[in-house]
Amino acid sequence: MRADLIERYKAGDRMNHWLVAILFVLLALSGLALFHPAMFWLTNLFGGGPWTRILHPFLGVVMFVAFAWLAIKFWHHNVIEPRDRQWMKQWRDVMANREDRLPEVGRYNAGQKVLFWVMVACMIVLLLTGIVIWQPYFAPSFSVTTLRIAVLLHAFAAFVLILGIIVHIYAAIWVKGTVRAMTRGTVTRRWARKHHPAWVRQIEGGEGLGIIEILTNG
Amino acid sequence: MPLQSLDITRRSATTTQPPSARETTSVAKLIDISKCIGCKACQSACMEWNDLRDAVGDNTGTYDNPRDLTENSWTVMRFFEVEPNGKLEWLIRKDGCMHCADPGCLKACPAPGAIVQYSNGIVDFHEENCIGCGYCVTGCPFNVPRISKKDSKAYKCTLCSDRVSVGLEPACIKTCPTGALVFGSKDDMVHHAEERIADLKERGYQQAGLYNPAGVGGTHVMYVLQHADKPELYGLPKDPQISPLVSLWKGVTKPLALIAFGLAALGSFFHYVKVGPNEVDDEDTAVDAKARAKEEL
Repeated sequence: MRADLIERYKAGDRMNHWLVAILFVLLALSGLALFHPAMFWLTNLFGGGPWTRILHPFLGVVMFVAFAWLAIKFWHHNVIEPRDRQWMKQWRDVMANREDRLPEVGRYNAGQKVLFWVMVACMIVLLLTGIVIWQPYFAPSFSVTTLRIAVLLHAFAAFVLILGIIVHIYAAIWVKGTVRAMTRGTVTRRWARKHHPAWVRQIEGGEGLGIIEILTNG
Repeated sequence: MPLQSLDITRRSATTTQPPSARETTSVAKLIDISKCIGCKACQSACMEWNDLRDAVGDNTGTYDNPRDLTENSWTVMRFFEVEPNGKLEWLIRKDGCMHCADPGCLKACPAPGAIVQYSNGIVDFHEENCIGCGYCVTGCPFNVPRISKKDSKAYKCTLCSDRVSVGLEPACIKTCPTGALVFGSKDDMVHHAEERIADLKERGYQQAGLYNPAGVGGTHVMYVLQHADKPELYGLPKDPQISPLVSLWKGVTKPLALIAFGLAALGSFFHYVKVGPNEVDDEDTAVDAKARAKEEL
């Protein structure tokens, strides 16, 4: 690996991420198809209305399992720290690319951490309510009131998750040099120092920094 | 399964007006519970006309057979032994779709044209458009639709829309031996009910009345009840309406959610256009190096 690169995601983590991402797209499309009449045409992508209804929950279970694996591996990186609260208070600086004014960021910034926990919460709600409304296997064993609550929560959690993913995708487009972390597995040291200085210090052990500085910057 | 129609008032998961050039008379079935003897001829007639045969059920110690509505039993007699005034009464109610003026099933349905409401008031399922999601079950305030275990489609009483469309009365009406079931224009049925209620009041049923619940906009299947103040005695909801949970789920929140998705995407794009990407540039590296040099000193 080139000296100016740092590994951010191992091959397994990257494949896991993209498996969840692909399943999310399929689930969002098939879910939105039944969410509003204007979107019903999306059922054509899945072989029609009944096939959309049949496939959606199975894809959902696979996504949950794949996501759970990812979430367990990244859980400890996403614990909210005091400096994260300060970061969130300065969201205007975040939006305006004034990173120099923000508290030092570790492996993940507060926005990434919040998104992580929102996704965890949404996935759990989607799985549980999805099982309740799953025709024809589980729905017949629940009361009508339970079904009503479940369909409402399912739609709400999906709404929050889709909004969260729109933000997630935009953030990757906005912060240049980010996408390669998930495609190639590496980021440049300059990128890491700019966006995640505490993380860089941690992996470099705080030593030899001066040497790397000279190496990377000539 | 009705013929192609030009008198569709509402169509599920459809945001434009369906074909509605034809105006037909609003119809209703009136079920006079005080005249019902529980013979189940209506159940048999329904099975016969619609070519449905339910599995032989089991006896649970009541006359209810089948025990519940199913995809093959679109109407069932429910027997209630009650003592409303300290006096035993055997109330027998023919259960089935109420054909609400404001149908919760149609509101909940995500499949275009799987549920329609004709201008005569009949709410009909078009099973060829049904995707089997079961949302109609959540929408119905009367717990009527049933999902078939065989084909995963939703079924319920059609009010014999095929017969009514060619000027015949529903099969159950035709067979009722006591006149407990009558069918006609909704106005006529309300008028007929008033006469029946006056008669019942004369005979001591002071609380006799018509069950035509306003919470669902009125229904095209109505009951004459001896105890209209206590519809629960008959297993009927006192003030049925589309659940607020369903209204919240299927109401204005959905288009608002779609708008929110659009705004999030548009807002992101505009942020990029206005603020621009967050890039690692030479200046950053220089600042970074300077800071680090300082630290090391």
